[in-house]
Amino acid sequence: MNSSEGKLKSSSSELDLDRPNIEDYLPSGSSIQEPHGKLRLRDLLDISPALTEAAGAIVDDSFTRCFKLNPPEPWNWNVYLFPLWCCGVVFRYLILFPMRALVLTIGWIIFLSCFIPVHFLLKGNDNLRKKMERALVELICSFFVASWTGVVKYHGPRPSMRPKQVFVANHTSMIDFIILEQMTAFAVIMQKHPGWVGLLQSTILESVGCIWFNRSEAKDREIVTRKLREHSQGADNNPLLIFPEGTCVNNQYSVMFKKGAFELGCTVCPIAIKYNKIFVDAFWNSRKQSFTMHLLQLMTSWAVVCDVWYLEPQNLRPGETPIEFAERIRDIISVRAGLKKVPWDGYLKYSRPSPKHRERKQQSFAESVLRGLELEEK
Amino acid sequence: MGNTSSMLTQYDIEEVQQHCNNAFSQQEIVSLYERFCQLDRNGGGFVSGEEFLSVPEFAVNPLSQRLLRMLDGLNFKEFVAFLSAFSPRATVQQKIEFIFKVYDSDGNGKVTFNDMLDVLHDLTGQFISEQQREVDLILEMPLFTDCKQVLTKVLEEAGYNKESLLIMSDFVKILGSSGLKMEVEVPVD
Repeated sequence: MNSSEGKLKSSSSELDLDRPNIEDYLPSGSSIQEPHGKLRLRDLLDISPALTEAAGAIVDDSFTRCFKLNPPEPWNWNVYLFPLWCCGVVFRYLILFPMRALVLTIGWIIFLSCFIPVHFLLKGNDNLRKKMERALVELICSFFVASWTGVVKYHGPRPSMRPKQVFVANHTSMIDFIILEQMTAFAVIMQKHPGWVGLLQSTILESVGCIWFNRSEAKDREIVTRKLREHSQGADNNPLLIFPEGTCVNNQYSVMFKKGAFELGCTVCPIAIKYNKIFVDAFWNSRKQSFTMHLLQLMTSWAVVCDVWYLEPQNLRPGETPIEFAERIRDIISVRAGLKKVPWDGYLKYSRPSPKHRERKQQSFAESVLRGLELEEK
Repeated sequence: MGNTSSMLTQYDIEEVQQHCNNAFSQQEIVSLYERFCQLDRNGGGFVSGEEFLSVPEFAVNPLSQRLLRMLDGLNFKEFVAFLSAFSPRATVQQKIEFIFKVYDSDGNGKVTFNDMLDVLHDLTGQFISEQQREVDLILEMPLFTDCKQVLTKVLEEAGYNKESLLIMSDFVKILGSSGLKMEVEVPVD
């Protein structure tokens, strides 16, 4: 996920349609002083509310908090614990890591030696080929999970393969996909990555029916929406997994869900994923770390412990808009995984907020100024 | 974020505290430093305009551009001094001084009609001039439809006029009487 650093483009109006009223979430009361009674010079000059809001945002803001790494408290600070910690490091790097790397290598060898023949030799027999490829992808994902000593507890009934059904989950790292994939071969919609990840995406993941998009291309959205729709309607396709946040968040907050997944006319099955921070912080900050470094970090930690909850499938209620539906699902997932909701669009990582929000504030202030004028004219 | 490569020493903290006239406690200064480093993503020692604008809550504020002019290129000490007006320990005088500085964009100690007009434009966007107002049928006068007229009228009522140059003491007179609420809480772990 290499976005151009420092080059923020102003977001298109499309981003607006994706999000409900932010005013519903932010503290009520306008940021600009609303004059009561007759309009005085004081009312116009007093810009303290707007300044206070700006200063508040400078000092702390809910958006940046979503992407903040929370390093665990260091416990190795005394003469007794420090050598213990050092032993731990040695064990992790010199014993665990090589073992895990070996496991992963063996896994890849097995996988490739089965996958390549199956892929080419069974070209005619599509059904069998798909089944085997699915099983193999699940296998390699299990190997990946084993390579971090992943301890995953799955709760809830395993997803069934039915048409007109999509799965949505909160997003912390690309390993979310691997963890879910080892149980059920999902077809996922992902950002196209460069490097070896991209290679994997275009070869192996193609076989489970994954869909790629490119965040930076505006036209891409329509194509992707169309592909999503086609995929979800097909009975034969693997169940579709979507991460509606659109970006990785630090597993303590959830950002707004994009409505694309919720207007396909399908049943939506929410999945909540929560990582246990004691062992490792699984948040992948794509701006700070490449995926390779992230994997290496996981492979040199003690374990990746997480809970996965498959929650009750939901349908669009009569009279509910897709955005409200998305918010309802976000609520369900956030409550289950203990995430705090914030009213920001994850894509604000890559672009500026739309001028609409500022305009709303300006409009309410302008109206109150005019009201103040009116009062004295009466 | 990860490791902040340069940690603040006790001496640094005291220097910053002195520079901001003890507006913040030592713990608050440490928190502000963490925040400063978090915002200063490229580690240049100052937070650029782009980096401030990457905070969506700041970017949607109508006064963000004005504040950016004051914030751009500040090092940590100056950053804390900038925020000191928002400390609960700051006096009303200091808060009014800050507001004055926001208006006085050329820094010559005088706020002109145009300065005030600019801020009013920032706060109202195009929403005042776009209002279709009717003509007052009784007085047969057009009702005020743009910022200039609003500002002129309000200024005249307060005893000033379009050519007046407001200085700090004028601001104190106008704003000082009513309670000025301008406080921000620095989160301390």
